Amino acid sequence: MHPILKLVLQRIALGILLLFAASAMIFGLTEALPGDAAQAVLGQGATEEALANLRREMGLDQPAITRYFQWLGGIVQGDLGTSITNRLDIATSISNRLGNTLFLAFWAAVFSVPLAIFLGLLAVRYQNRWPDKVISGATLATISIPEFLIGYVLVYFIAVQLGWFAPLALISDSMSLGQKLHAIALPVIVLTMVVLAHMMRMTRAAILNVMQSAYIETAELKGLSTFNVIRKHAFPNAIAPIVTVVMLNLAYLVVGVVVVEVVFVYPGMGQYLVDAVVKRDVPVVLACGVIFAGIYISLNLIADLVSILANPRLRHPK
Amino acid sequence: MTEPLLKVRGLKIGATVYPPGEKPRDIEIVHGVDFDLMPGKVLGLIGESGAGKSTIGLASMAYGRGGVKITGGEVWVNGRDILKSSLKDIRKLRGGEVTYVSQSAAASFNPAKQIMEQVTEAAILQGKFSKKDAEARAVELFRKLGLPDPENIGRRYPHQVSGGQLQRCMTALALCPEPDLVVFDEPTTALDVTTQIDVLAAIKDAIRDTGVAALYITHDLAVVAQVSDDIMVLKMGDMVEYGATDQIINHPREDYTKALVSVRSIEHPEKSPAGEPVLKCEHITARYKGTQFDVLHDVNVELYPGQTLAVVGESGSGKSTLARVITGLLPPRDGKIIFDGRELTPDLSSRPIDDLRELQMIYQMADTAMNPRQTVGTIIGRPLEFYFGLKGEAKQKRIQELLDEIELGKGFQDRYPAELSGGQKQRVCIARALAAKPKLIICDEVTSALDPLVADGILKLLLELQKIEDVAYLFITHDLATVRAIADSIAVMYQGRVQRYGGKTEVLTPPFDDYTDLLLSSVPEMKLGWLEDVLANRKMESAGN
Repeated sequence: MHPILKLVLQRIALGILLLFAASAMIFGLTEALPGDAAQAVLGQGATEEALANLRREMGLDQPAITRYFQWLGGIVQGDLGTSITNRLDIATSISNRLGNTLFLAFWAAVFSVPLAIFLGLLAVRYQNRWPDKVISGATLATISIPEFLIGYVLVYFIAVQLGWFAPLALISDSMSLGQKLHAIALPVIVLTMVVLAHMMRMTRAAILNVMQSAYIETAELKGLSTFNVIRKHAFPNAIAPIVTVVMLNLAYLVVGVVVVEVVFVYPGMGQYLVDAVVKRDVPVVLACGVIFAGIYISLNLIADLVSILANPRLRHPK
Repeated sequence: MTEPLLKVRGLKIGATVYPPGEKPRDIEIVHGVDFDLMPGKVLGLIGESGAGKSTIGLASMAYGRGGVKITGGEVWVNGRDILKSSLKDIRKLRGGEVTYVSQSAAASFNPAKQIMEQVTEAAILQGKFSKKDAEARAVELFRKLGLPDPENIGRRYPHQVSGGQLQRCMTALALCPEPDLVVFDEPTTALDVTTQIDVLAAIKDAIRDTGVAALYITHDLAVVAQVSDDIMVLKMGDMVEYGATDQIINHPREDYTKALVSVRSIEHPEKSPAGEPVLKCEHITARYKGTQFDVLHDVNVELYPGQTLAVVGESGSGKSTLARVITGLLPPRDGKIIFDGRELTPDLSSRPIDDLRELQMIYQMADTAMNPRQTVGTIIGRPLEFYFGLKGEAKQKRIQELLDEIELGKGFQDRYPAELSGGQKQRVCIARALAAKPKLIICDEVTSALDPLVADGILKLLLELQKIEDVAYLFITHDLATVRAIADSIAVMYQGRVQRYGGKTEVLTPPFDDYTDLLLSSVPEMKLGWLEDVLANRKMESAGN
């Protein structure tokens, strides 16, 4: 077998294993919370008898292990269970909201990733000169301010004072793509500001590290311009660390947007999860947890695979 | 009369240094050097590290490595002063008129790109050839340089060819744009001795066939004597002597040049085996964890008290692995290690402390073998505390004795490794090994990172200490001149086996087996025409290229 195929298969198997471990952990943690779904439905005043009946009806009298595998079996078949607050199928409710979250994350990534890499290249090109300092300083400032603060500041100035965008990012299926983009402009700006610094600084550091190599000197002595040296010789060797940090930030864009979604009242997964936690809707919390874990693991898996494929020693063995 | 291709006048080069604990300051590293190079000629630049030879070579491309800056003088290439040229014009010169071959091709090729793309890049960029013509020329050069499968080798990645092959590819890279001048910066130094000779011959032929001029930079006078028309000897940024190759090699005028020519003239009469051996390796066979082949096969050697056994071989011959087995870092698969009459346990962790004390090591890179945050006193004092429990006065007294033995004297106790020269660092490592009062010291390539004159000093010190302390050395090296200088007995290793073993005179006297012959004949000699003679009389092809 080609060694790279073996490595890739190993990583994928490891990813799947990790996903199972994460699902067990999420399930275990919700089990450890006091009270259960039956208690949540009936409230504090319920009689023991009523609770026991409901538990039997919901299958909660079974041991935890049995319920875990029943739940897991459902997930594998695409059945995420039923919400206990509105009795709706979770998969149906989530698909719409997950779509919205991915839509927001996608557009934030479309702007932030190329911008971060370009700024990183620029910072290396003008290392320790004013463009480098301005880029580093500005991105560091945006990451240091909490995102909800940036969010409210933007809402006040851009939406309320200038009136360019709506303060709330409400979208629906009937809107055109242009209308949707206009609606999510502010959250996209906030998310871009939050993830920009990390990616840009990693790009800068990874390329600077490569710039110490002897082959960079070879390229300079061939008469290449500084920017071409960076683009043709340094960047291809810095891909692995850059992709890793990009994927980490993409995962954050999907999983970590809860605060931003709440600020802009955006109908995504974050809102849904917060609602479910407040209402003690355990099946929904479980479903959201597993989906977040899945996204996180698969993005990091992609980063791993890209790193493997970017290594010429593995791609072209002796 | 033709104009010189390269004319250097009053070249001064400076750098900024950052001494620990002090403010950065500017120093001058080349103090006004003049020379001319005619088209098609080869000038050898020779000197020890810090002589400024690479810096001068790169100045002919108006390039300063790291914080190095050209601070004064003129560098004329093809009739114009490149130090007054714009950056745009300098970029036309680099990779077009003047090209560069570095010491380590392995580091100088971009690992992510195919060889062909890198070899032809400059020629295409500088508009000398179209992509198609550049590739045709590259294949032609690959053939001329003796690379296997010249049609297809360009499609490989740098890690897919050997070190010697890559060095030839680097030469092809430099010659591809049809430059007027190539700067060769120690192009064979990193190679094994039997590979070096082939690469050297390939470079020499390529220079002759293309009619290119060259600056050939090296610290090895014997190597430069084979390729250059003229030689310039440099020391600490000044020119010491400049003349035709024959004059420099056979009739040097300056004392420094004489010292370089006569380096490695230590006379060490062979001692014959006496008493019980301090170390006996019996049928050692070893392999690394997770691999399927043995790297040592049935190795049998003996070493007597107060004597030196030199283990010689090229990279991959298993000589360092033997050291790892003896020290217990790599337990052997089979065989016994008898040390001072008792059998050592295979594994380091189960050896009693006295076994550890009596067997010390000195490494090639003194830099990485010392904690940069500890003073010399702490470094040497540690084994005194650990093995003998010395403290306070007694410890200080012993540290000073050891410093005296390695000829460093007072005031060195409080210095940090960064404040020492390469030779001084290695001396401290020797003192640290001696502090344990060992019966055997394993010296792993201890002089290969040092300049020839400094290395000579270290070898003399080691011989001196051997007389005083009656310690035995297992001396691992690839350098046969070192072996002649220090050994009592020699083991020649090749592909994990001891190829030839015995007293020094016996091993170095013909008739030889083919490998020993190849190894011995590949050591450059300070003689004009040596390269051609050797290649004409070879019995065996070297493996490493």
